[in-house]
Amino acid sequence: MGDQQRTSRWPARLHVVTGKGGTGKTSVAAALALGLAEGGRRVLLVEVEGRQGIAQLFGAEPLPYKELRIAQVPGGGEVRALAVDAEEALLEYLEMFYRLGAAGRALRKVGAIDFATTIAPGLRDVLLTGKVKESTTRARDGRRVYDAVVLDAPPTGRIGRFLNVTAETARLAKVGPIKTQSEGVASLLRSPITSVHVVTLLEEMPVQESLDAIAELRALDISIGRIILNGVRPPLLGESKVTKAELKRGLTAAGLAADAGTVAVLQDEAKAHLTRRGLEESLRAELAELGLPMVELPLLARGVDRDGLDALAEALMGD
Amino acid sequence: MTEHRTGYARVVTAARFDLDAMLADPVTKIVVCCGSGGVGKTTTAAAIGVRAAEVHGRRVVVLTIDPARRLAQSMGLTELDNTPRQVKGIDTEGTGGELHAMMLDMKRTFDEVVQEHTTPQRAAEIFANPFYQAMSSTFAGTQEYMAMEKLGQLQGTDEWDLIVVDTPPSRSALDFLDAPARLSRFLDGRMLRLLLAPARSGGRSVFSLVTASFGLFSRAVQKILGAQLLTDLSGFVAALDSMFGGFRQRADETYRILQDPQTAFLLIASPERDAVREAAYFAERLVAERMPLAGLVLNRVHRSELPGLTADEAERAAAALDETDGNEVTADALRIHASLLRQTERETRVAATFSDAFPAVPMAAVTAQPTDVHDVDGLRTIGAALATAGQP
Repeated sequence: MGDQQRTSRWPARLHVVTGKGGTGKTSVAAALALGLAEGGRRVLLVEVEGRQGIAQLFGAEPLPYKELRIAQVPGGGEVRALAVDAEEALLEYLEMFYRLGAAGRALRKVGAIDFATTIAPGLRDVLLTGKVKESTTRARDGRRVYDAVVLDAPPTGRIGRFLNVTAETARLAKVGPIKTQSEGVASLLRSPITSVHVVTLLEEMPVQESLDAIAELRALDISIGRIILNGVRPPLLGESKVTKAELKRGLTAAGLAADAGTVAVLQDEAKAHLTRRGLEESLRAELAELGLPMVELPLLARGVDRDGLDALAEALMGD
Repeated sequence: MTEHRTGYARVVTAARFDLDAMLADPVTKIVVCCGSGGVGKTTTAAAIGVRAAEVHGRRVVVLTIDPARRLAQSMGLTELDNTPRQVKGIDTEGTGGELHAMMLDMKRTFDEVVQEHTTPQRAAEIFANPFYQAMSSTFAGTQEYMAMEKLGQLQGTDEWDLIVVDTPPSRSALDFLDAPARLSRFLDGRMLRLLLAPARSGGRSVFSLVTASFGLFSRAVQKILGAQLLTDLSGFVAALDSMFGGFRQRADETYRILQDPQTAFLLIASPERDAVREAAYFAERLVAERMPLAGLVLNRVHRSELPGLTADEAERAAAALDETDGNEVTADALRIHASLLRQTERETRVAATFSDAFPAVPMAAVTAQPTDVHDVDGLRTIGAALATAGQP
């Protein structure tokens, strides 16, 4: 299948990736960015929580507030990365719309920006999402600068509040530029340009939090793209029962020790595997009830490095 | 018996974390469980609570700050509000212990703090202000700060023999330590003083009395924020002004309690790179701040009872069996074994990054359970596993 067709399966231009902590959402976001960069496309990978997770993932220096190339993809595509900082975003915003210059710097000097984003945390989110909107819609010489933007978003527990920018600021600003800005962000997030993907493991807590987050986002009219099952193990043993006699026979056939101890341990390990798989199946069924497209990513046996990310990217695009 | 707690500074032998010694030590009054999200912090905190009450006969309260209400589920409680509730279904007949649990209601705790530090009329003004409403429910750090506040309250009542705290699911585990300082910095900040200057002198408009050098600045602020917002803001800071001293004093006191030997910090991690890195950051901070670090708990660790059959051997044998008939089950069983061993190797490597950096911090590895914990029985099992993990 051609690259064009592959990337067109992810039709949105802004991909918001959330998931419970520990589910690997940063790795998935990075892999999606790599995948979407195929066919010579340019993709921006953004983080907003000051964790420097992207830099760590690619083994790079901490990212400044600047869009820097972090990976190249065969076919001429590239991924740039940006760590958005609320203060920097506000200063940039002021510069762009008010040409404040010295006054902007004065604001920072007296701690006004820190103050403003502390006392009104919704404002911080407006600034962060505002910057994401700006990079998603930015054009130069009549062409979009980025074919796609992937946001490594806050985790499921905070995603609703993070994306529901208008509600948070409406309480504080009834008129003025903050209101305008947040309304612009809100309409982008609710348009077909944006898609929110939820990363989960087939474990109880992450699945529960995913279900909660999806319900919350749907109530906010924010549409969900895909559920991404991360760390999926290959299905072994089918429906089989694992008997000691069978293991003993098999081990002997393989020329391995087939003593009672070895057989018992292998049987226990196989049983534990089946127990866990049973649980995974019921969780998978629970997620399937949502009627959303699901994509499965394999457990990376050797940890997450560039090869691993490329493998995940292939799984995401090839689906 | 405080050896294990101060041990990180002196003991250089391969240290094992001894949960029972910690819980049996009457000096231990507070256990703080820290770590990044998704590592089983809440479960560990609850399991420690169950063991402290059942085995060590202590009067325990577990404070959880998790909005997912997981502790509530695992402790069979349908509702956790801002007051401790006794947990049923635990067996303390032999020891006389008691277990209570509560979930932090951030907003309510904040309201209580306001009420305590100001007049009813002022409190009413503050509650009505939109900035207070925003800040008390969403201020980054409010949760951490209020957790500290609640810990201080619980500690102050002398009602509890042991307080187990499950820290908020923060961006960073360090937020828990930094929140009070951040609040102090905020309250002492130039910006706040600037905003307060006219309020303190009885002025009407926030910026009308600001000196000329800030003219440019105030115009900028007016332009961006608008007048209505500034009025609300000035009302808020003026009202808060009356309680600043109390706020800061409380935060400082709680911080001192955390440095005291009655407190034991437990780092919780899963054997994954990010979680262990986060635990290492936290360990660095605790050492730097002279806070009592009791140990690292690695949750959901895998192990095989058959390390002698290596992953490579098992995979080769499985491939060979694929060529034969009727040995599919054994081939798959061998692959399961191989993948378990590979996971174990990976986890050992990750754990080593911590123990290399902090060789003297006692560690306990808790084996992964086949299913999640939903009840007190499960918590008891985890507690026992954690206790035996520390025995040689």
